[in-house]
Amino acid sequence: MALSNVFETPAAGFNFDNAARNAALEGLFDGQTPKPLKTGTTIAGLVFKDGVVLGADTRATSSEVVADKMCAKIHYIAPNIYCCGAGTAADTEKTTDLLSSNLTIFSLNSGRNPRVVMAVNILQDTLYRYHGQIGASLILGGVDCTGNHLYTVGPYGSVNKMPYLAMGSGDLAALGILEDGYKPDLELDKAKELVRVAIHAGIMSDLGSGNNIDICVITRPGVDYIRPYQVSEYKDKRKTKYKYGPGTTPVLTEKVVPVKLEVVEETVQRMDTA
Amino acid sequence: MLEETGPEWLSEEVKTGTTIIAIEFDGGVVLGSDSRVSAGASVVNRVMNKLSPLHDRIYCALSGSAADAQTIAEVVNYQLDVHSIEIDEEPQVRSAATLVRNISYKYKEEMSAHLIVAGWDRRDGGQVFATLSGLLTRQPFALGGSGSSYVYGFVDAEFRRGMSKEECQQFVVDTLSLAMNRDGSSGGVAYIVSIDEHGTEEKVVLGNDLPTFFDQ
Repeated sequence: MALSNVFETPAAGFNFDNAARNAALEGLFDGQTPKPLKTGTTIAGLVFKDGVVLGADTRATSSEVVADKMCAKIHYIAPNIYCCGAGTAADTEKTTDLLSSNLTIFSLNSGRNPRVVMAVNILQDTLYRYHGQIGASLILGGVDCTGNHLYTVGPYGSVNKMPYLAMGSGDLAALGILEDGYKPDLELDKAKELVRVAIHAGIMSDLGSGNNIDICVITRPGVDYIRPYQVSEYKDKRKTKYKYGPGTTPVLTEKVVPVKLEVVEETVQRMDTA
Repeated sequence: MLEETGPEWLSEEVKTGTTIIAIEFDGGVVLGSDSRVSAGASVVNRVMNKLSPLHDRIYCALSGSAADAQTIAEVVNYQLDVHSIEIDEEPQVRSAATLVRNISYKYKEEMSAHLIVAGWDRRDGGQVFATLSGLLTRQPFALGGSGSSYVYGFVDAEFRRGMSKEECQQFVVDTLSLAMNRDGSSGGVAYIVSIDEHGTEEKVVLGNDLPTFFDQ
């Protein structure tokens, strides 16, 4: 049942190899297992007249602390397919990387760009096999010979195909904007603006989303990855520079101890550089 | 203060929280479903078509966990394709239902999805099969999903054998509308699929076109 071009054919059925490892690790941590880094995100996408627009915020949180202010949540899958990821940062990163590698192999084998539906099928297959253990909620968008497509794949492997989507912790806010403003066959500028406003709503209404907005426009002629599309108006102004010039720390004493090395054995291997 | 685990619908499994129905008439079947997919209290998809084709004249209706149901439908679709090539004719509805039942029974503990299989074949005409928990039973009609509980009374009282295709379609739409009004996890639009020997017809009944009852 697996695609013949995928690098490694996965075994049929469920693979719970890591479940036993996780259970063993849980015992060691005495119940306080380390929480994975969640992106606490707002991601959105919509299909417009000439292609697909994807948008994302750039904040990655580790509980209440912002771990990364300029996190890239729109991942490259293929020249004509990009994927926004919400959920556990490591899972979205690795899953999209793996998908991208497999599709590159497919492209090299067949000489054509992959179709969006193929990417979706591989993703769904992978995520379903792991029964929700991979915490990745993905919005996949792309343009191929059959048209402009936008899909979402949930962590348990459910797939939804819709003209506009939002995922992540800020999805309800973004979806409100999209529901109100979406029309079929929008022009490029209106589409970008709608996605920007949707992500902005997520940033304003959700604590886990924030900082800048990235936009990725995918059309037949090519891809326009605008990072950042909009910079946060709440940037902090640093009062001083944190670089310490030489001489900041006074040197009180200096002691030099030479390390004596003696040659024990010397071998010469000739390299054939003909 | 941001919750450690985040809102529950982020990590909760997406369920279809559905109303699905399939009824048999002389010469075919009519399947119907609502279109709401929920994750906790949040509606993830308000226009999902839960009637999935297994073959040209065999459809299944999905309920329970969205991922499990979708995957079973895809796997059985593939298996039926292979089977119909092997026997060199259209597969029987009973075969499709058996394939679904085999998966549902084998993975009974791990999965939570209930599929109703219905279709038309040359041998036995229109047939509806229920495959809940891995059983296989042919019934004149089958209901499923969280919304079905609210309409069992209506269906038990109003179902008659020997209805025409149009009467069946109206009956299905009425049932779905009643269930969607009472069940919080069902809603959106109604998808209807009618299958008979001449082919398959898919229809959507939008929200404002659904039949209304005394309180609307």
